[in-house]
Amino acid sequence: MAHDEVSGIDSAASDSSAVETSHRTSAGTAVIGSDVENPGEPPHRARVTDLDPAKAKHADRTVYTLFYLSIAGSIFALAAYMAFPIEDGDPVALRLNTLFIGLGSALALFGIGLAAVHWGKALMVDKEGIDVRHPVRGTDETRARAVEIFDQADKESGFGRRTLIRNSLIGAIIAFPLPGLVLFRGLGPQDQDPVELLSHTMWKKGSRLTLDPSGIPVRASDITIGSVFHIIPEGLNEREDLLEQKAKAAVLLMRLDPADLNISPEREGWSYDGIVAYSKICTHVGCPVALYEQQTHHLLCPCHQSTFDVVNEAKVIFGPAKRPLPQLPIEVDSEGYLVAQSDFHEPVGPSFWERS
Amino acid sequence: MTSTIERTEAAESPATPKKGGGITGAAANYLDERTSISAVVKEFGRKIFPDHWSFMLGEVALYSFVVIILSGTFLTFFFQASMVETHYEGAFVPLKGVEMSAAMDSALHISFDVRGGLLVRQIHHWAALLFIASIGLHMLRVFFTGAFRKPRELNWMIGFVLFVLAMAEGFTGYSLPDDLLSGNGLRIIDGLIKGMPVIGTWTSFLLFGGEFPGTAIVGRLYTLHILLLPAILVAFLALHLVFVVVHKHTQFAGPGRTEKNVIGYPILPVYAAKAGGFFFLVFGVIALMASFFTINPIWNYGPYDPSPVSAGTQPDWYIGFADGALRLIPPGLEFVWLNHTWSFNIIIPVIALVLLLLFVAIYPFVESWVTGDKREHHILDRPRNAPTRTAIGAAGVTFYAALWAAASSDLMATHFQLSIEGVIHVVQAWAVLGPFIAYFITKRVCIGLMKKDREIVLHGYESGRIVRLPGGEYIEVHEQLDDYERWKLVDYESFEPIMLRPNSNGKITPVMRLRSAMSNWFFEDRIAPASRAELDAAHGHGHAPAVGTGSPARGELEDQTGGNTHH
Repeated sequence: MAHDEVSGIDSAASDSSAVETSHRTSAGTAVIGSDVENPGEPPHRARVTDLDPAKAKHADRTVYTLFYLSIAGSIFALAAYMAFPIEDGDPVALRLNTLFIGLGSALALFGIGLAAVHWGKALMVDKEGIDVRHPVRGTDETRARAVEIFDQADKESGFGRRTLIRNSLIGAIIAFPLPGLVLFRGLGPQDQDPVELLSHTMWKKGSRLTLDPSGIPVRASDITIGSVFHIIPEGLNEREDLLEQKAKAAVLLMRLDPADLNISPEREGWSYDGIVAYSKICTHVGCPVALYEQQTHHLLCPCHQSTFDVVNEAKVIFGPAKRPLPQLPIEVDSEGYLVAQSDFHEPVGPSFWERS
Repeated sequence: MTSTIERTEAAESPATPKKGGGITGAAANYLDERTSISAVVKEFGRKIFPDHWSFMLGEVALYSFVVIILSGTFLTFFFQASMVETHYEGAFVPLKGVEMSAAMDSALHISFDVRGGLLVRQIHHWAALLFIASIGLHMLRVFFTGAFRKPRELNWMIGFVLFVLAMAEGFTGYSLPDDLLSGNGLRIIDGLIKGMPVIGTWTSFLLFGGEFPGTAIVGRLYTLHILLLPAILVAFLALHLVFVVVHKHTQFAGPGRTEKNVIGYPILPVYAAKAGGFFFLVFGVIALMASFFTINPIWNYGPYDPSPVSAGTQPDWYIGFADGALRLIPPGLEFVWLNHTWSFNIIIPVIALVLLLLFVAIYPFVESWVTGDKREHHILDRPRNAPTRTAIGAAGVTFYAALWAAASSDLMATHFQLSIEGVIHVVQAWAVLGPFIAYFITKRVCIGLMKKDREIVLHGYESGRIVRLPGGEYIEVHEQLDDYERWKLVDYESFEPIMLRPNSNGKITPVMRLRSAMSNWFFEDRIAPASRAELDAAHGHGHAPAVGTGSPARGELEDQTGGNTHH
């Protein structure tokens, strides 16, 4: 089979991979092939272009016409570049610019492609050739010589004999990339502790709840039953690290009928007259839980469909998330604005190893 | 007739172009005297490549990669990989004055202020999608035809690395414009990394240069996207192609084709014309798609902000299977243990994905261990002739499809008015049971097709011609195949399972037992190819090929099929 000696020029008809009816492979597996003989290559069938000069002439014309069409396509694309300016910001102009440069280029490309393939299939000599395969492994002599070279190199260098040199070399090779690896510590800032950062948000006692993104503070009296507001802490928009802070501090504010809310004893006083505030950052992998179903009081994360029940302190009722959305304790200040009582009592957002 | 090209190490002789070759000859001579390029032409100019439509899938991947490099290079001249805040002042009115990163700003600039810029951006994106799609199909072709068998196992692994690199390139590129959708993708990656035990928090911190999202990630992904990943990709691609040359391309069984030859067209001129032309066709299709179909309209999404998100967010389709795995995990799998948080709702999907990919990567070694087949294979299997492998592949595809479908669970629910819970539960069941069902059905279908092939080989195919014999009997005439067609149906091998025999120490080890059991499972249902004797018997039984009359008695046929089906 494949390991048999290749006998020079291979006659296709006489040789077959399946001549033997049963063949034992190295692992003792019996292989049954058919002993039907390989009939050899079928006789070559001439194409119409081989037989009919008119057809050949026609194919010839098709090929060069396509090449000319390609040139026309290129010119068309060039003209389109000039004919369809987009600088005035008109969306229609942009569409036409994209479309006609694209169409011209596509015609240029298709012209070349179709012409070349048609040329190859209809006009070029279509007689198939045969290459002989050899086993991929080197010949025995080559392999013997390779082994010999390695032996000689070993002898001449003393790589195997001088074990101290060899082992110290291996040690040095292992050690030298370590400083390089350590350099990558610099990817993160040296003076920050991620666990500390992940554990706190911008919210603190007295922070006003303001609208996202305008930053206008909200009064408790603005919040009607059934409404929902996207909330950020006051002062967020002035922060240099706006996005980092927002990724932790974003809050959803909802007002429900106070009778609907099931509040556990330790969270008495975290809400105000049915107004509750929950972290908007999903406890699964951190997408914003932006979809509120007013009828059922469910919050749905659009990324992986974790569903949180606002009535029951945002507990997970469906989806991959495990933990409820953290609640922001809120109250009303002397001017009637909603303010935070404190930061969240637990880290917001996705779980992390050091969280518990 | 066919020309036989014999390749042996010939003594190197300097090329002597024909005198009077004009400027071409002079140039060739100049080049050869400095490069010995003629040896390359001599070696490869008439190299044979076999033809089959499925061999073009890898070509599509290669060509779309070339398009990606060309269009991507153009984009780098305009794109700014910076997250510095700026106010958009470009041509797209709805976003005027909006605060965004320089990355998003420059991506919009390419789309709205550079003539043809949007076209190139869309060419780049469409080509990238085509690249990954064609790699996937190419891998399926290689898998289902057994082209990964010796000596091509390592090239399968190289191709697998290319597949992973392509997905990584896709994801890093998708994230660069810093728009709302891609930012959400990064947010998910961040959450995924944070969920990893021990290293998660710090890995995320290092990757993003501090807290998410930070101001470093786009620049870092850009370096990966245009330097590191492409460099590795090109290196592996080159290696992949070198091995294609070293191994010579596989071919399907056919008349004249053996394990020791390759039959097809030479590179010069036919293959060069067809493959070269095909590059332009692939490029043309991409250009056409980019002209007509908008892809990734970042101006509709707006710049990244951690707070808003739109319903129906989905990753690019090739990441869908990973996103789907996250969605399919049953609820409640997160625990505090030993004072640390174990997010099994993230760990389990990640492990499942890694195992799936690992199984794909090492499958050639698994199969060769189970079958005990250490021979070289250059004739491809028809998928039906390797029923167990084909069934495993179908099971894998079904599992992947379930994960993939899960990534669109919310869209399916809204489009078909279903509950999201119902969709997830159905897809969960599909992910667990589907592979087994697909395995069983595929295996039976394969065996059925093999039986049909066997019947055609032995008794010809039904011609639809009904003949009334002098005695009044009606028969349908069966036409016999010609030798060439028949050969395509009989040129395959049937394996007998490995027998459990004591080794040289007289022992049967558990590993040997496992292997024997797996070999039995792999080969227990099989149909041996028709032998010469069976052919003669079938045809000598009143079915002379030339006459082609008479159908075999039903009982006889079943006897023969049954007799060759080992249980």
